[in-house]
Amino acid sequence: MSQDRCIYLDNSATTYTDPRVIEEMLPYFGQVYGNASSQHFMGRQALKAVDEARAKIAKAIGAKPSEIYFTSGGTESDNWAIKGIAHAKADKGKHIITSCIEHPAVMKTCESLQKQGFEITYLPVNNEGIINLDDLQNAIKEDTILITIMTANNEMGAIQPFKEVGAIAKSKGIVFHTDAVQAIGNVPIDVVKDNIDLLSMSGHKFYGPKGIGVLYKRNGLKIERFMDGGEQERNLRASTINTPAIVGMGKAIEIAVEDMAKNNAHISEIRDYFVKEVIANIDDIYYNGPKDNSKRLPSNANFSFKYIEGESILMRLDMAGIAVSSGSACSSGSLEPSYVLLSIGVPIEVAHGSIRFSFGKNNTLEEAKYTVEKLVQTVDVLRKMSPLYNK
Amino acid sequence: MMYNDKVKEAFANPKNVGFIEDADGVGKVGNAACGDIMEISLKIKDDKIVDAKFRTFGCAAAIATSSTATEMVKGMTIDEALNLTNAKVVEELEGLPPQKIHCSVLAEEAIKEAIEDYKKKNGK
Repeated sequence: MSQDRCIYLDNSATTYTDPRVIEEMLPYFGQVYGNASSQHFMGRQALKAVDEARAKIAKAIGAKPSEIYFTSGGTESDNWAIKGIAHAKADKGKHIITSCIEHPAVMKTCESLQKQGFEITYLPVNNEGIINLDDLQNAIKEDTILITIMTANNEMGAIQPFKEVGAIAKSKGIVFHTDAVQAIGNVPIDVVKDNIDLLSMSGHKFYGPKGIGVLYKRNGLKIERFMDGGEQERNLRASTINTPAIVGMGKAIEIAVEDMAKNNAHISEIRDYFVKEVIANIDDIYYNGPKDNSKRLPSNANFSFKYIEGESILMRLDMAGIAVSSGSACSSGSLEPSYVLLSIGVPIEVAHGSIRFSFGKNNTLEEAKYTVEKLVQTVDVLRKMSPLYNK
Repeated sequence: MMYNDKVKEAFANPKNVGFIEDADGVGKVGNAACGDIMEISLKIKDDKIVDAKFRTFGCAAAIATSSTATEMVKGMTIDEALNLTNAKVVEELEGLPPQKIHCSVLAEEAIKEAIEDYKKKNGK
């Protein structure tokens, strides 16, 4: 199969590392390689870089540097936030509220707590994938200790009313955690104004390196430590400090916030063109998620194509040099259709035929055009093979 | 998904796509909720399969096995085709990822059902 094109439309799965980020990281492998916890000059040099990165990350979300804790990624941050609060507050209550469209890092963590005797309420979403604040109000009980609602959904880009959730949580004295892994660099966030107590993020989703994440935790909020061992991260998260990755994440978030308006304008222009063309050229499809762009990540387009199956679409686009994901990237090895799409009312047989296109800052209109062309061909070829299609 | 070149080729350029309008036997297995439906139609003359076509709703492996299985049964007697196991289809494709083996089972079932349909129609 000739592969003269390489069009990457899976930026919600991961992004490339920005060359400016790589450049910033390089000295911390071979030159400034000291352990940031060491007291000697080699350690102090590394610590200085870590402190600078911590300050950049704090600034990006309106937090204090002392509220930033480095982790191995979004999944660890979610696990720590939810389990750490559940166990720290178990004597006050055992009820947690989340939504039915969370990332598996939150979903599976809640399921694991459920097995340990916690009670979990999964808020439904409307047909655009957005929770209802009345449902949230009604779900709150005497013993609710935590609300964990994602900032924006990874599959269909639905931005949740996280500021309103924050205000409700604050008024009721309940801790609010948000998984902002997909939102950082796309959605402006101010943890103070938005009343966020805990926030998870991941470096590689905004052109930073993989294997590094952050949990923001409001000062004064008690949480159980997640990783036992040394006294790193104010004795709450043991493990040698990953200096190069932290430096990279600091640089990446600085660029992401600085360029947010510019990137969002560029990416949404391409996405809007793509969506318009797909709808105009292919019949019998569902455009999943919010129709109003202000409620949707600028990068995301998610479609279900009736009568055909998602993996086949993915593989044919793959052969044309176009990288996309079917449902959620994490489900690509599974046979189950996406629970997120089922929760917005996509029929199960149609959910099997879903593709997420997620655009990034380096994509071009020409790439979107080529993708539409290949997508039209792919859908046509596969539908002609399908016993469900009779046209 | 890690498919070998043979599977990719069968998926990219499948043979025998379509439906035989005057088929002597038709088998349709699977269901849309599970994400795969395979329909195989056969033209049979003197208990020998002279033509086979398929229409499949499913993943790349389902399409590749449909193509390969229909290719394999062409020219077989119905007894030979009834003995075509999913393992033989997988062997012909030089292997499938473990979670995709069920696609080859569908192909075997669809062929068996098409032959049963033929037998029933012909009082055999």
